[in-house]
Amino acid sequence: MTPEEILQGLYDQTLVGNAPAVLDLTNAGLDAGMAPETLLFDALIPSLEEVGARFERGDFFVPEMLIAGRAMAGALERLRPLLAETGVATLGTFVMGTVKGDVHDIGKNLVNIMLEGAGFHVIDLGVQVSPEKFIEAIRTYKPDIVGFSAFLTTTMPMFKANINALVKAGLRDQVIVMVGGAPVTQEYADAVGADGYAADASAAVKKAKDLMQRRRVMAAT
Amino acid sequence: MHTVVRSASRTVVIGPDQPFCVIGERLNPTGRRIFQDQLRAGDLSRIELDVAEQVAGGAMMLDVNMGVPLLDEADLLSRVVRLVQGMTDLPLCIDSSVVEALDAGLAAYEGKALVNSVTAEDDRLAAILPLVKRYGAAVVALPNDEEEIPEDPARRLELARKIVDVATGRYGIPAEDIVIDPLAMPVGADTSLVTKTLETISMIRDELGVNMTLGASNVSFGMPHRHALGAAFLPMAMHAGLTSAIMDARTPQIVDAVKAADLLLGNDEWGANWISMFRARQAG
Repeated sequence: MTPEEILQGLYDQTLVGNAPAVLDLTNAGLDAGMAPETLLFDALIPSLEEVGARFERGDFFVPEMLIAGRAMAGALERLRPLLAETGVATLGTFVMGTVKGDVHDIGKNLVNIMLEGAGFHVIDLGVQVSPEKFIEAIRTYKPDIVGFSAFLTTTMPMFKANINALVKAGLRDQVIVMVGGAPVTQEYADAVGADGYAADASAAVKKAKDLMQRRRVMAAT
Repeated sequence: MHTVVRSASRTVVIGPDQPFCVIGERLNPTGRRIFQDQLRAGDLSRIELDVAEQVAGGAMMLDVNMGVPLLDEADLLSRVVRLVQGMTDLPLCIDSSVVEALDAGLAAYEGKALVNSVTAEDDRLAAILPLVKRYGAAVVALPNDEEEIPEDPARRLELARKIVDVATGRYGIPAEDIVIDPLAMPVGADTSLVTKTLETISMIRDELGVNMTLGASNVSFGMPHRHALGAAFLPMAMHAGLTSAIMDARTPQIVDAVKAADLLLGNDEWGANWISMFRARQAG
């Protein structure tokens, strides 16, 4: 296979969520001497972007998004140590979790997939994540962004509780806070003092990139 | 076992030998941005249309949820309960996870309501069951606790049993006023989830014998052609022992599947309901 064929194959097989084929093609690419970042940026990420675009248009459905994400994750697991060696920086580290009292995770998982697909390193803490667990994870992983997900109007107040806990732990200035979930609005995100809100997975990626960019600009000035 | 709910002038009986209780899900702002904006602006006009559509579609009860971020849910829910009771005599399911809102909704309600919902978490049981007892209501109970929504049907049964034990033993709420929600999960997230729900339903029927309801639309979340999935799921769940669902009552394909299953499962004597539904449509 030529490098072009490998890239095309990776793109096509990620799109249809064929995890074994994606891993095989990733290995084939590496064996052929292709750079890990080429496989990532010229095939995997564009493919997942297309998956996200189709999902937003209503042409793709939840299972298709999940299997594409899983196929990508398998390749990333193989590539991540190599990318670290070659010094290719991730877009940023993102700690994500559904807040305490809330067990909904589909929306959060879709956002994770899109973030990974865009080049973020995502650490998913799962559901029912207490403020203490968020604090601990922020100390351990030193993420650029922390994301709080809530699906219920009754668990949304945990955003504020989490942010208060960040302030108390002296971490609020070190991490960008994003919030989201079905009942959440921009107005609510502003009211609890979050840095960012997005209505869907694609918008979340865009917002995360914008916030990272803004922070870099602010750090430089 | 029969769960009896009432408005001021109408009684509905939920039970395994009764026609399946269709609870309309539509009076709920979650995921409805325009409706949310209207409610924020104090505009309740949409509710009349939602009630009318669900009544026309064949709803036997209506679920009322008024959870809008940054709004006083207790105040809104009590006003909407009064408003809806002025529009229809169907009994209502008072739906909130805010205890104060449930209290206000129940205070405003005329009749015997169904409260939605309590879980197996100790603090939720302690907060909500006294309300249920005080207002003489029935209650929907979800078998999840502080730790998890269990996937394993045996674990769900165990938590359902805990709720029934606490409600009957500690609060004196009769078992027939407890309606367990066996937890409907999206088949799009994992294709083994619905069989687990079906298994949970038959275990609860066999072991506890209580009535059950669930949010049927969850099953088709994220999938195309949702109506067909709802229409396939509900008859299977009914056969397993489900006696009610909070569901889309506006879509004939889904409601027809439920009415057909009522007839086929022996809960529509001589097909009287089925035939009168046909005649009503012929006349319309």
